Amino acid sequence: MDMNQKYTARTWPESPEKTTLEGKNKFLGFWLFLGGETVLFASLFATYLALKDKVPGNDHALAADMFELPLVFIMTMLLLTSSLTSVYAMYHMKNHNYQKMQTWLLITVFLGLAFLGFEIYEFNHYVHEFHHTFTSSAFGSAFYTLVGFHGAHVVVGLGWFTLLLVRNGKRGLNLYNAPKFFTASLYWHFIDVVWVFIFTVVYLMGMVG
Amino acid sequence: MSTVAEKRGFLAVLWDYLTTVDHKKIAILYLVSGGFFFLVGGIEAMLIRIQLAIPDNDFVSAGLYNELLTMHGTTMIFLAAMPLLFAFMNAVVPLQIGARDVAFPFLNSLGFWLFFFGGIFLNLSWFLGGAPDAGWTSYASLSLASPGHGIDFYVLGLQISGAGTLIAGINFLVTIINMRAPGMTYMRMPLFTWSTFVASALILFAFPPLTVGLFLMLFDRMFGANFFDVTMGGNTIIWEHLFWIFGHPEVYILILPAFGIFSDIISTFSKKRLFGYAAMVFATVLIGFLGFMVWAHHMFTTGLGPTANAIFAVATMAIAVPTGVKIFNWLLTMWGGSIRFTTPMLYAVAFIPSFVAGGVTGVMLASAAADYQYHDSYFVVAHFHYVIIGGVVLGLLAGTHFYWPKMFGTMLNETLGKITFWLFLIGFHGTFFIQHFLGLMGMPRRIWKFLPNQGLDLFNMISTVGAFFMALAVIVLLYNVVITQIKNVRVGNDPWGDGRTLEWAIPSPPPYYNFKQLPLVRGLDPLWIEKMEGRKEMTPAEPLGDIHMPNNSFIPFVMSLGLFIAAFGAMYQVDWRASDGADYVWSIPVLIIGMLITIGSMAVRSLKDDHGYHIHKEELMDDHDDKGGRE
Repeated sequence: MDMNQKYTARTWPESPEKTTLEGKNKFLGFWLFLGGETVLFASLFATYLALKDKVPGNDHALAADMFELPLVFIMTMLLLTSSLTSVYAMYHMKNHNYQKMQTWLLITVFLGLAFLGFEIYEFNHYVHEFHHTFTSSAFGSAFYTLVGFHGAHVVVGLGWFTLLLVRNGKRGLNLYNAPKFFTASLYWHFIDVVWVFIFTVVYLMGMVG
Repeated sequence: MSTVAEKRGFLAVLWDYLTTVDHKKIAILYLVSGGFFFLVGGIEAMLIRIQLAIPDNDFVSAGLYNELLTMHGTTMIFLAAMPLLFAFMNAVVPLQIGARDVAFPFLNSLGFWLFFFGGIFLNLSWFLGGAPDAGWTSYASLSLASPGHGIDFYVLGLQISGAGTLIAGINFLVTIINMRAPGMTYMRMPLFTWSTFVASALILFAFPPLTVGLFLMLFDRMFGANFFDVTMGGNTIIWEHLFWIFGHPEVYILILPAFGIFSDIISTFSKKRLFGYAAMVFATVLIGFLGFMVWAHHMFTTGLGPTANAIFAVATMAIAVPTGVKIFNWLLTMWGGSIRFTTPMLYAVAFIPSFVAGGVTGVMLASAAADYQYHDSYFVVAHFHYVIIGGVVLGLLAGTHFYWPKMFGTMLNETLGKITFWLFLIGFHGTFFIQHFLGLMGMPRRIWKFLPNQGLDLFNMISTVGAFFMALAVIVLLYNVVITQIKNVRVGNDPWGDGRTLEWAIPSPPPYYNFKQLPLVRGLDPLWIEKMEGRKEMTPAEPLGDIHMPNNSFIPFVMSLGLFIAAFGAMYQVDWRASDGADYVWSIPVLIIGMLITIGSMAVRSLKDDHGYHIHKEELMDDHDDKGGRE
């Protein structure tokens, strides 16, 4: 099969991400990778729960002292919306509407950047207002590692989307790059799901638990 | 193919191997480097046994002894046993399912180079200020207090090679799910393919906890975090849990493929279809599942309480059931078969009682109350060497003899093979059987020296003599490899004559595209079915057509090299911060350069289209392969 064959919306297959063997392998391999990532985050969550509020002295800030739900709510909304916009992008990818796909992916990237901006502000706030740092206590190490791993995943996801958009900026959709866009959006959804758990376990349970 | 290879210069061959994405060549890379690390780990074991040969010995110092026992365990598990299994998985599994290659040839190469550079990094510790010395389990309470960079080498080296293992696991899963030939249903897959499949699933879910554990250790040691520092609110038991959530499935990652190799060998040389095939598959899956439920039996004495201990004890004993199913199926496969005692079959027959002995002591150790007595004694050492050597290493040696002709196109000498077998078997039981009693008599594990006249002298000496028998066996095996390669008698498709599965239906070694036409699989043991109906080869499932092939690539090597460089920067920035910028000012730039190399090569891989190439039908028709088996 010629990988660079040109398609129109009429000839475009129903599941372009799984039409070629390479695409099918990538699709399955990436799902399995996400299975491994799930265990990775599960281990980090378990570590966080074991070390939550474990600090060496009474003068250290605890979860309930620091977290503010309005800020985290905005971050959650940004990331959830970015997941929705990446769904729109994939919808247009499946309909072979390249420009709309690009637009929605670009919106996704900006929403992700906004999320990252808030996260940097949040970390900075904790460090300067509460002296809650990576090295100040076991709680600090566990918090920044869990949330930081998620943040690093966001950075990778944004870099991935950007690279794909730049590389394929002018050549349109084909069966070679469609699976690439699709796996990147799967990754983005996964990041979103992890955040839902962080929101619940770290922030909500941090405020009330 | 081979005549062309011989004419090329050394550098051309080297470049070919550095850039190859062919699963058969990657198998050879795994075999050579895994074999190298096996020798390194073996030498470490010999030094340990020499130190313990006589009481109050001063052969090695206490510190060096700790480094030796740590590196022996770490090297044998991560750098010898797993890569050697990957060698056979790579060489055989794509052939057994009738595939032209693995699902991700590029990732296959990347997985190998990550493992390779991780292993080299770990072993460089010997020359750069001292090896890790906190045992292969590297418990945090001990390893955080270890001075120097030994533990840092352990953490970073295993992190790099662990990434390679995870990649290899995903690759095999996708290969087995997506790349099977027409007619190769799941319940027609040979047992080695099935056990590779289950072991790969275990890798996928067991390695991330190790990754996290190593990251926490890395952050604690190199970046001032406090996960395991009790004075800062940390908890050292977290490491034990994360390590054993990985560590227990890890032993099944090792033993299941060995079970698979033995299943194929036993049915081949009994000339019978495997007894209870469906039960064997079910037992393999069940062992894989239960393998995740039992990690805390390594922590009975940690103080988790009687309830936790009881649950994990019962779960551990439950694993004996599917394992017993396997043992009886092997015995019943041989029952009434027309058995040929070739070298691989000898290993298979010896494996059954040896492994049962290890299994029985396993159930003894699983009794939590009794474990308080056995814990940290030589009884434990004897137990896990019985399952690892009696299971995994015998499996690897059997696989080496069995698959050697398929990988290299020439047989290993059978007489020398049998000499190796007997030396190794006698040496193995001589070394480890007696250690059960040493343990019950109270000799602690990981001890540097013991005092005379405590009843330990004679048994320790016997154990050391046994170890020399095993070393001799390995030397005979190496001699065997060298002389048979020099003689280089070429063999046909099916050198053992009784091959049942697809890998024996194509030339040895197979052409780089494996199957000219994908075979039509009509049942379990597809080649045997064709043989029984009087045919010599498989019926093709497709007309002769163009074959799509992946391009070679140097990127996996560079990507792994980048991480290797970055690891040095990450490690020495600790000294740079401690010495206030004096001697290690280069460490941060090295860290950044290394990461840039890796990320840059990932970007190149992503940006550059790589469509592979096609072998045309006409070339395939010209390519005459020598058929005809042993005739």
